[in-house]
Amino acid sequence: MIPAAFDYQRADSKEQVISLLKEHGDDAKILAGGHSLIPLMKYRLAAPGILVDVGRIEELSYVREEGDYLAIGALTRHREIETNELVLANSGLLAAATKQVGDPQVRHRGTIGGALAHGDPASDIPSAALALRASFIIEGPSGEREVGADDFFTGFLETALEPEELLTEIRVPKLPNSKWSFQKFNRRAQDWAIVGASVLIADNQCGVGLVNMDFKPIRAASLEEAIENGASAEEASQLAADGLEPPSDLNASTEYRSHLARVLTKRGLQESGK
Amino acid sequence: MTINDTEVSADVEPRTLLVHFIREQASLKGTNIGCDSSSCGACTVHLNGESVKSCTVLAVQADEQEVTTIEGLADGETLHPMQEAFRDCHALQCGYCTPGMVMAAISLLDEIPKPTELEVREGLEGNLCRCTGYHNIVKAVLQASGSES
Repeated sequence: MIPAAFDYQRADSKEQVISLLKEHGDDAKILAGGHSLIPLMKYRLAAPGILVDVGRIEELSYVREEGDYLAIGALTRHREIETNELVLANSGLLAAATKQVGDPQVRHRGTIGGALAHGDPASDIPSAALALRASFIIEGPSGEREVGADDFFTGFLETALEPEELLTEIRVPKLPNSKWSFQKFNRRAQDWAIVGASVLIADNQCGVGLVNMDFKPIRAASLEEAIENGASAEEASQLAADGLEPPSDLNASTEYRSHLARVLTKRGLQESGK
Repeated sequence: MTINDTEVSADVEPRTLLVHFIREQASLKGTNIGCDSSSCGACTVHLNGESVKSCTVLAVQADEQEVTTIEGLADGETLHPMQEAFRDCHALQCGYCTPGMVMAAISLLDEIPKPTELEVREGLEGNLCRCTGYHNIVKAVLQASGSES
């Protein structure tokens, strides 16, 4: 399978990316690791007119401590994140969710920014970003803005990113003493999750992000509130699918996905000491 | 780009996949195309020393980079230790997955020099053997790492 023809431009700086995006608008797509975009293009589900390759902009690949959060460059590859000492010490949940992405070859190429900007409800990393209350730094022609995870994911493969904007950094609160669990249910190694759950317990705060439980990456808000109000894992997990519209497909019906969400969040909460 | 220490240069369309570049421009046919959708791992090569699925990398992304394929492992008649181990343990049946499996296994040992059996199985999760000959493949990787139990 070969993608439809496109133009290709390698960018050397953030400024060049933004100027190319400004020039080509909706016709341009950003190519980072390419492990979400290239398969879509091979299946001809996406046919951008031009790819702007950001893969060699080294200033976008880093993990740094900044006060009470970790700043992670959007181009940081999954393999780096799952093995990075700062991430392992301060955000075990993010490392664990990242380690479940695809397989080693995919994690050598795929980037955190690419996975998040793709906005796929079936992807593992957005669930961790939601549970961790991460925020996203977005740069565009009119400067820089910060968007919280809840406002970043807006629809199926849709995010708050405008056509002329570039996701440059992900900010993850440092939570070295948190308890967490990443649960993923699938039938075969390397498959997408049928349902997955990122669970985080930090002091009295509870964060639960779900995989494949709605048309976009989403939090189990009713469950989180119940835990924060003192409910047990058993009670709270019953609310895991409240108000959500999980898809129905060959792998699982809507009802089965709702069941899995209750089971997986219960396990996750229990593993996190609830 | 450099493939197995040899400069290979060609003008290609941006949509040319790395696996097609390797097979057609560099005429190296050891790298197989299996599923063509980044699942099976038959097309695994090393890009700057790390395993990648060359059906999901554009040739232009590997421009000026170092690529190693299965043909680049042996030193003349002397096989790479991983190739030796695959032969010793009969870690191939039809052989279609083997080049990708060997490349993935070498990258795995670069990251985890003395893996446990579980780490080998998890480390090779991106490579499918439709003969289901995993048992001997795992044995070969453990033997190559020197941690065979």
